[in-house]
Amino acid sequence: MTAWLDHESVETVFVTLKLAGLTTILLLILATPIAWWLARTKSAWRVPIASMVALPLVLPPTVLGFYLLVTLGPNGPMGQLTQAMGLGSFAFTFTGLVIGSLIYSLPFAVQPLQNAFEAMGERPLEVAATLRASPWDTFLTVALPLARPGYLTAAILSFAHTVGEFGVVLMIGGNIPGKTRVVSTQIYGHVEAMEYAQAHALAAGMLLFSFTIMLVMTWLNRNPMRALS
Amino acid sequence: MTNIDRVRGALPIQVTLEFARSEFVLNVDLRLPGTGITVLFGTSGSGKTTLLRCVAGLERAPRAIVTVNGSEWQHDGSVFLPTWRRPLGYVFQEPSLFAHLDVARNIRYGLSRGVPSAQASSISLDSVIELLGISGLLHRKPTELSGGERQRVAIARALATQPQLLLLDEPLASLDQARRQEILPWLGRLRDELKIPMLYVTHAADEVARLADHLVVLDRGRVRASGPVSEVLSAINPLVVLGDDAGALLEVRVAEHDRSWKLVRVAFLGGDLWLRDTGLPPGQIARVRVLARDVSIATERPTHTSIQNILPCVVESIATDLEESQSLVQLRCGESILLARITSRAVASLGLIGGMPVWAQIKAVVLVD
Repeated sequence: MTAWLDHESVETVFVTLKLAGLTTILLLILATPIAWWLARTKSAWRVPIASMVALPLVLPPTVLGFYLLVTLGPNGPMGQLTQAMGLGSFAFTFTGLVIGSLIYSLPFAVQPLQNAFEAMGERPLEVAATLRASPWDTFLTVALPLARPGYLTAAILSFAHTVGEFGVVLMIGGNIPGKTRVVSTQIYGHVEAMEYAQAHALAAGMLLFSFTIMLVMTWLNRNPMRALS
Repeated sequence: MTNIDRVRGALPIQVTLEFARSEFVLNVDLRLPGTGITVLFGTSGSGKTTLLRCVAGLERAPRAIVTVNGSEWQHDGSVFLPTWRRPLGYVFQEPSLFAHLDVARNIRYGLSRGVPSAQASSISLDSVIELLGISGLLHRKPTELSGGERQRVAIARALATQPQLLLLDEPLASLDQARRQEILPWLGRLRDELKIPMLYVTHAADEVARLADHLVVLDRGRVRASGPVSEVLSAINPLVVLGDDAGALLEVRVAEHDRSWKLVRVAFLGGDLWLRDTGLPPGQIARVRVLARDVSIATERPTHTSIQNILPCVVESIATDLEESQSLVQLRCGESILLARITSRAVASLGLIGGMPVWAQIKAVVLVD
């Protein structure tokens, strides 16, 4: 691909993969307790929390990116805090990009996990308790393995959704080459500069990537056990 | 020490509950024996499953005392052992095997976590696997088993934790008739060969007849009767709850075969009965059920009748059934009690009263094991 991709574009592919990979790993960890709580709780907070988690589905990405910029920027509350801690401001950094991606893709991780936890029901957990497994033991040895298809779906969706983000990245990342410039913003840049050949190469790559994801997902839905074993 | 205290001393399981549910208020105070199978019998909505779940700690009744073999599992709000700290085994209505583990690992799940205490029943897992006939299934996945096989694996898994009390919640209800017949003998063998007490929830009268040593009849959250199975089954009032399933349970010994007519004579404490010869050897002990609806009453010895089993009895008591047109008559026959369901009009026209000698005509006798 180096033959028809310039050095800068190759760099954006790596930044994108790094961002999406890191976001996916962090999201699976972060989304697990949220999904577990949403699947089990009878609290009155369930509906408002669930709505908040789902908010990025309907919120324009630029709006999310704007508020993140305001919050994380040098004069924002989080920005002041991180500067006081000696971490500097996260605006226009890769860390800021990861934070934005975590929020932006959160529903894509929480919902498959929540579905998986709900689908297994109380019974396997009750069975484990009658077999002397502590709640933590039950979670690790029964709930997690039974939710494996949910984790796979959550990982694929989070990764793909993070790869495709544009608005949030542009607002919080600032499109800095080698740091926060990703494939989607690079395509935009190429088009702005009338470099259609370069834009084509990246866009075709994204198209192929997205189609593969859908192919795998569809196949998983039809026969999830075969893909998982 | 009163008589009742002495009896209670031999009953080391206490279950006292007050628990308001939407459909009923569970209000029970039970002392249960530390051996054999105690059947909790009742229709749906009687609270029997809720009772079992409270014993297991899967539900928490605000007011409850649960004591098993001297250790307190719950005492109102002050003591509440979580389920996973209670030395019990639980068999759910559906087998509920872990789908991600094969049979051997399902069983090992309980084995590795059960802590055999000093007073553990020391059940040998190999013998349980043998007893339940699942040694050939150990490397299969749960999806590759029949319903009956799955439930047998679930029972073995529950026993692998070395429980001090085995709880079974309608373990046969999700199975068809053929599968139930497949599992019932295994449960009978467990009762005979393991020393741990079992609480067995069911609404099927044939399971009561076949398995119960001790019987608790529940009705809308209340205990209608609790005691040794033969005593409870021959008392009238709780039996009214059983409806069509009301009947006497008799222990019989095979006495004689009539090869030409393919019949067998069995003796019980109160007389002899003829039933279909199913190949039981002479001297074999068995249980038979005589359903109340299959017993009619005559004041003179009937002649010229097709009924083969006619026994002299004495009327013990008479109770009106749930439907007022029907009456349930308790008949003493030697040392045994039979029940007859007849119309209330027949009671009146025959002038039946307690102490009156009559003839019981038995239309059908069912062998239960």
